[in-house]
Amino acid sequence: MADYTYTLLIPLIPLFVFLLLGLTGHKMKPLVAGLIGSTGLGISAILSYVTAFKYFIGEHVAGTGYASIKGFEVSWLHLTDKLTIHLGVLIDPISVMMLVVVTTVSWMVHIYSIGYMKGDPGFYRFFSFLSLFSFSMLGLVLATNIFQMYIFWELVGVSSFLLIGYYYEKPSAVAASKKAFIVTRFADLGFLIGILMLSFNTGTFDFQTLTDPNGPAIASAGGAAFMGMSVLTWSLIFIFVGGAGKSAMFPFHIWLPDAMEGPTPVSALIHAATMVVAGVYLVARLFPVYALGAPDALMVVAWVGGFSSIFAAVIACTQTDIKRVLAFSTMSQIGYMMLALGVSGYGGEEGLGFMASNFHLFTHAMFKALLFLGAGAVIHAVHTNEMTGMGNLRKHLPITHITFLIACLTISGIPPFSGFFSKDEILVAAFHSNKMLFAIEYIVAGLTAFYMFRLYYGIFWGKDTHYHHTPHESPLVMTIPLMVLAFGTVFAGFLPFHNLVTSDGLPFESHIDWMIAIPSVLIGVLGIVVAAVMYKKENPLPDKMAVTFKHLYKWALHKFYWDEVYLFVTRKIIFQHISRPIAWFDRHVIDATMNGIAGITQYTAYAIKGFQSGRLQQYAFVFVSGTVILVLIFVYLV
Amino acid sequence: MLNEVMFYLFGAMILTFSVLTVTTRRILRAAVYLLFVLISTAGVYFMLNYNFLAAVQLTVYAGGIVVLIIFSILLTSHLSERAVMAPLKQSIFSALATLAGATLTLMTILRFNFVPNTGVDPQLNITDIGNSLVSYNRDGYALPFEVISVLLLAAMIGAIVVAKKERKLKE
Amino acid sequence: MIQNISLSYYLVISTFMFFIGIYGFLTRRNLITMLMSIELILNSVNINFVAFNRYLYPQQLQGHFFMLIVIAVAAAEAAVAIAIIINIYRNFKSIDVDNVDEMKY
Repeated sequence: MADYTYTLLIPLIPLFVFLLLGLTGHKMKPLVAGLIGSTGLGISAILSYVTAFKYFIGEHVAGTGYASIKGFEVSWLHLTDKLTIHLGVLIDPISVMMLVVVTTVSWMVHIYSIGYMKGDPGFYRFFSFLSLFSFSMLGLVLATNIFQMYIFWELVGVSSFLLIGYYYEKPSAVAASKKAFIVTRFADLGFLIGILMLSFNTGTFDFQTLTDPNGPAIASAGGAAFMGMSVLTWSLIFIFVGGAGKSAMFPFHIWLPDAMEGPTPVSALIHAATMVVAGVYLVARLFPVYALGAPDALMVVAWVGGFSSIFAAVIACTQTDIKRVLAFSTMSQIGYMMLALGVSGYGGEEGLGFMASNFHLFTHAMFKALLFLGAGAVIHAVHTNEMTGMGNLRKHLPITHITFLIACLTISGIPPFSGFFSKDEILVAAFHSNKMLFAIEYIVAGLTAFYMFRLYYGIFWGKDTHYHHTPHESPLVMTIPLMVLAFGTVFAGFLPFHNLVTSDGLPFESHIDWMIAIPSVLIGVLGIVVAAVMYKKENPLPDKMAVTFKHLYKWALHKFYWDEVYLFVTRKIIFQHISRPIAWFDRHVIDATMNGIAGITQYTAYAIKGFQSGRLQQYAFVFVSGTVILVLIFVYLV
Repeated sequence: MLNEVMFYLFGAMILTFSVLTVTTRRILRAAVYLLFVLISTAGVYFMLNYNFLAAVQLTVYAGGIVVLIIFSILLTSHLSERAVMAPLKQSIFSALATLAGATLTLMTILRFNFVPNTGVDPQLNITDIGNSLVSYNRDGYALPFEVISVLLLAAMIGAIVVAKKERKLKE
Repeated sequence: MIQNISLSYYLVISTFMFFIGIYGFLTRRNLITMLMSIELILNSVNINFVAFNRYLYPQQLQGHFFMLIVIAVAAAEAAVAIAIIINIYRNFKSIDVDNVDEMKY
């Protein structure tokens, strides 16, 4: 077994860059800060590739597949003999894959941001926060135990808060960052409860022990039951609640569209490729426990994922802000990943869903980041987010146009791009497990193609809108990341994931099931054609359809009014009936007690001030009477 | 028999004059009453055959301290000035404290049986006193003697410094 | 030693003198009369020492000599006290004890 201690550098370099830029960045020239950030991430990326190479090629053991290795571990908090919290690095197929994904996308975003954020006064602050985020995400991915993952989970939430609220002078950005943090924090409460339940019942935090098929965790499934489901199932459902919050699954999805207030590179990095897949990663990490010990929890995961994907797809068809369309598209695709995990079994062919989910995670990171960065280039050129303010941009932004088109074709599942392969595997897994879920996902595939091409035609085709100044192509520093990601999108589909990332570490045979593949391609093409008909040229067809389906259109445009529901619950119920009484109690009881103690002290002080009157005879009197009393007590009474 | 009468007489004088000292309104009279108290005390010492001690009491106390007190009275007040007595509340409380203390002490003393040493009455002559005052063997009191002389020196210097008139700086 | 007069008579006298001195110290307003009360207290203690010496330990002379020391100390203390009183008189033009209450809250 090789030595993987150097993998510690992968998260630590961004941490060092964060500290360096955060403390001294204001003295640097902006370009220097950007270069330092990008170089740091570049080194981490190269180290990740080296690790991936070493692991996937060097660690293959015939018969048992890829083992998970603890590259480094240190005991951080030793509370009692049974309760110790370690910090360490875990090398495992999915963590190595995530290392590659996170560092690559982060590196590309860093390079892109040098161009995108040019001229912004807080340039170095942006890069330091990006590095903080990279550090947190890498720490989360490399966590050896669930508590360490929770620590970095929260750190990721903080970084997201800082980055969404980057334009802190805009009230909408501040509100959005608060909303994101509060919603995810609320879901993390469920996560914490799940962690506590799980570790209490199994006696360990460590992933290797928890996911051991012969270990104590899975054996405890037969233990105590509560309301029909075992304690293990309940704890896993709570853990999934935490994952659902971070991954913007229904009903915790409300923060994701608002998070688009942040700068576009942030949306690309965090809210498309890395942070939002943390929930998927969590379920994947605990997958053996889910599959072997609590299949009911997996059912919950699958249905939540399926519902979220169709919910988001319907809403995305009506949105006009290009970043919001992409946000809902992200939510929908993550629904795909969750569903794939949910319908998966454990071991060999059964584990197809697991592999498909991770494969889709990999490809989705590439093409979604590409889509967001391309949208950023568009926004950079025309200074508006709304589709109504854009048109005919394919003449002005050629490179952006080509890469955006590639990404749209990928997400629609057209071969030979990578999206086809990963989506197809998910559909196969769903077909073999639950026909209803398969039907939902099939419809969502069509809707995805439709709204993505609606977006594409709306931006790059149509009539020339009146622009303030002619839009120009982005500088090279912004287009090179687009090209690199496009390259990954095209060729990532050919990676043999079924040999590398599987549920139990052993490779299995996988082939394309043409029975499923051909219909899925067909519905993708159908979606593209419908979108072309409706949006390629200016015509009144979309407006007529909006009028025909008036109610459905209105509800979808307002995201099914979930924001209003949440606002109602918080303002009218929680604030009025819970927060207000608590605030009253705090002010009138607790503060009054403190003030009362101080007041009594002051009153007593004034009252006994007279003892120190300066009058000699009073002192002598007290002296004499005190002596008399003491003598009385000690000689006669005691 | 006469001894007992003398003792009772001296005791009565001590008590009466001390009460008068603390209650009279005229300051100079208080000083004179104090003088009488001290003389009566000296008389008590004479009766106990401590002649040297009584002589010292008369010389230092009655002759030195009372004179000092009278000088200071004359320096700081008019002869016909009447002293202001304390407010009633203060008097009552002090009287109570005093009475309580006195009762307590008397109870303690009178309960205890002091066994008097009925031995031979030693005759103290001045040579013996003088010898033991400066000898430094086990029975000698040379050390207290030296200590008290240092104390007197310090008191003398202190009194002179404290009572010195401040010279005003003429600018 | 006087026949038929036991030790307790002396102790009674000295106790009364002591407490009368205390009463005087607590009640009098004039600083000099307070000083006189202190002399009363010291005197009562002297009588105590001498009585104990004579009745309980006639061979030893510790009480006797301690009494001499006490007289010397009382003299020194009276001298310094008078000096201070003179100084107070110079500053306040009166020697009422309520004038010297500067050290208070």
